[in-house]
Amino acid sequence: MTISRRRFILGTTVVGGGLLIGYASTRPSKHSIANRDAGDQPYLTTWLRISEDNTVTVIVPHSEMGQGILTSLPMMAADEMDADWNMVHVEQAPATDLFANGVLVKGFAESMGVSVPGFLNGIASAGAMKIAEIMNMQITGGSSSVRFTGEQGMRVAGAAAREMLIKAAAARLDVPESELSTSLSFVNHSASGRSLSYGELASDAARFEPSSTPRLKDPKDFTLMGKSIPRIDIPAKVDGTALYGIDAEAPSMLYAAVRTSPVFGNKLSSVNADVALQRRGVVKVVELENAVAVVADNYWRAKQALAALDIRFEETENNQVNTQSIYAQYDAALLGELSEDVKEGDAAAALTDAESVVEATYRVPYLAHAAMEPMNCTVHFHNGKCDVWTGTQDNLGIRGRVAKIAEMDENDVTMHAFYLGGGFGRRLPTDTNTIDQATLIAKQFDVPVKTVWSREDDIQQDYYRPAVTSKFRGGFDANNQLIAWENHYIGKNEPAEAAHTPYSIPNKDIAYAESETHVPFGAWRSVAHSQHTFFLESFVDELAHRSGQNPYQFRLNMLADKPRHAAVLKAAAERAGWERNLAPGHAQGIALQESFGSIVAQVAEVSITETGQVRVHRVTCAIDCGRSINPDTVASQAESGVIFGLTAALYGEITIDQGRVMQNNFTDYEMVTLKDAPEIDIVTVESGESLGGMGEPATPPIAAAVANAVYILTGQRVRELPLKNYRFTAVPNESAV
Amino acid sequence: MARFRVNGVEQELDIEPDMPLLWALRDELGLKGTKFGCGVAACGACTVQVNGNPVRSCVTPVSAIEGSDIKTIEGLATNVGGITAVQQAWIDHQVPQCGYCQSGMIMAVSALLESNPSPSDADIDGAITNVCRCGTYPRIRRAIKSLTATA
Repeated sequence: MTISRRRFILGTTVVGGGLLIGYASTRPSKHSIANRDAGDQPYLTTWLRISEDNTVTVIVPHSEMGQGILTSLPMMAADEMDADWNMVHVEQAPATDLFANGVLVKGFAESMGVSVPGFLNGIASAGAMKIAEIMNMQITGGSSSVRFTGEQGMRVAGAAAREMLIKAAAARLDVPESELSTSLSFVNHSASGRSLSYGELASDAARFEPSSTPRLKDPKDFTLMGKSIPRIDIPAKVDGTALYGIDAEAPSMLYAAVRTSPVFGNKLSSVNADVALQRRGVVKVVELENAVAVVADNYWRAKQALAALDIRFEETENNQVNTQSIYAQYDAALLGELSEDVKEGDAAAALTDAESVVEATYRVPYLAHAAMEPMNCTVHFHNGKCDVWTGTQDNLGIRGRVAKIAEMDENDVTMHAFYLGGGFGRRLPTDTNTIDQATLIAKQFDVPVKTVWSREDDIQQDYYRPAVTSKFRGGFDANNQLIAWENHYIGKNEPAEAAHTPYSIPNKDIAYAESETHVPFGAWRSVAHSQHTFFLESFVDELAHRSGQNPYQFRLNMLADKPRHAAVLKAAAERAGWERNLAPGHAQGIALQESFGSIVAQVAEVSITETGQVRVHRVTCAIDCGRSINPDTVASQAESGVIFGLTAALYGEITIDQGRVMQNNFTDYEMVTLKDAPEIDIVTVESGESLGGMGEPATPPIAAAVANAVYILTGQRVRELPLKNYRFTAVPNESAV
Repeated sequence: MARFRVNGVEQELDIEPDMPLLWALRDELGLKGTKFGCGVAACGACTVQVNGNPVRSCVTPVSAIEGSDIKTIEGLATNVGGITAVQQAWIDHQVPQCGYCQSGMIMAVSALLESNPSPSDADIDGAITNVCRCGTYPRIRRAIKSLTATA
């Protein structure tokens, strides 16, 4: 499978005056170039529009789910074109394939050496989707927006626009281009003191051919990138006016509450619809293959009526599955034939020859996403067309999904984009059970129907971060050098390198066994890094202690050929005051990982409470994401990543019994709240290397950092999460080696 | 008939007495700023003020607030189109990420500061038990502290 590396850039006049700059990585004719029916603002495969009133509109193809993308991407375009930030407007791209995000897929393909981003594997295999179709996605995930769409799309479009505006000004003023400069949305001719606004020049500029390889700014000339610009979405998020999918309103709208088979994969047997139909406001009871929906004139009425129904689901062999049977299945799989992940040297022989061998088995449980906005989707079928209101990480992908479920042409489906009340992977187009239900329910009506899941539905019908078992052996030679690393784990997921340790060890054998369960899989913030970094960085810590070496120094010694990793590790340790001046009863743990192009090291300062629970006081988080586009957003994403990972480390556990999820709500699937949120200190290491992502990389290291500190405090090595399941006893004066 | 005032406006609704205030606000009155998060008073996304006290509206039947004064995020600022000091602190400290929990968070913090203008960390921890899945807690604490410092 090959991906076209051609890129296309287009310039055109906007009806009513102005300039539109478009950028695409596929031939624009495939996308029919322009939607001439869109009224007086025709859209191209585009990111920028310059209007005669000198405003610049940046059209963002990604979803805002809290990561600040509606601000960071426009900053990149506006900086390259020297636009006045106060005159920049931001629009969410409509879900048409004109906004296909080919740059994103191309970026993934190039950086990961694979053709399809991992979290799209489900779609790609399910639909035998061709790469050309994948390239039509507006996907938001993989910490990718800034590093791919931003670096390759926004900056190029902005720089191309600036060059066209300069050409237009040179012609208008009859001066050489070399005498012109740009600032704050004006082209200036300093020799004559004349200036022309971008708005005045826009229509002229549209007559020039945009360059697909414009000269990009040197970072020292950035005026916006690298500055903490306040996020444009925040004002609406403090006064209650920000709208999420769940807030969608349409005339005559009805509401659906749904109960789905609690055992994944099982079908509906029977339901006594009459009980619900007698209740106030109830319009209809809809039977789906594996669920029942009550549709009423108010969500609460629908939910109350649903609760009154006697709903029976079939029983299958899935009813026999529980957490213990899954772990037994994993253990058996790891004793069977394994597939190679990394093989360097001869780990088996090195382990045989080793002076000492350390063995350990680690496990993590299933996790739910639990985004704050419960899953929802509003759908309206009318006159052969369909409107969809929902918050998704991929409007275009969901448009295709609704069209497929409804058996209609996707051009007859109109998506209405909203802010996402959290994504974390749950609102990717691989995870469509809510969308599918909402579509099938609404198909039975000619008015809009808003399907809303309860929190219980959300937790029990998720696509889960998988439970994983990971077995290790490490071998030291007579000189106390780590010479062998063996790691056998369950289930290879994306990113492909998630189980690879960055440390220099001469003999490595990393292998895996697949072991499918009936529990649906989903990409969960940082995907496979969320489990593997806990395993890798805990076991490395074990090896350090078992060989009598300081865990920080032990890591550093094995990073001689990874200067960026070493610098980040040092930055975290130094800022945290590694093992210096700690309060009595406190200890520090450290962990490091590279993910999504960024390197993160964290030091957690921890104590054990009187009730034997873990208390995390402070987390120092050092980051090398190449360059920070919006440093305050980098910091907030790091803080968010730490808390997200800490919630999993302390509390996160989905258990299975009789085939179903046992947790219900935030009462038994607990979250970190203000009282147990640590102080978080962010250190950025500006290496100037390629941009790394920031939505995910701060999540992986925290669990190991905390567990490693717990070991120092208690002498107990945590090999299974979450920490809430332990009652620890602090060992006084336990000396950390 | 359920009767109560919302943001100073008298409301009379023909709804069941056991309908939670949350759904009366959202689905009957169209006030979408108050959010549904858990339905069991565990997350605080639905926090509104009833006679000045923070209340989780998802478990508060309208029969329990008959005749009360309800304040939602839409009515928090008394100056038209303006915002309160708490809301401004949320902007200054760039608190929200996805933003979904922040209406409830701001309503809870506003009620806390109204009754206790200089809360200690323990007071804050005790009063603000709302869940933010994006983990904006460090900034929430900073924003609250910025308000108590000037109080």
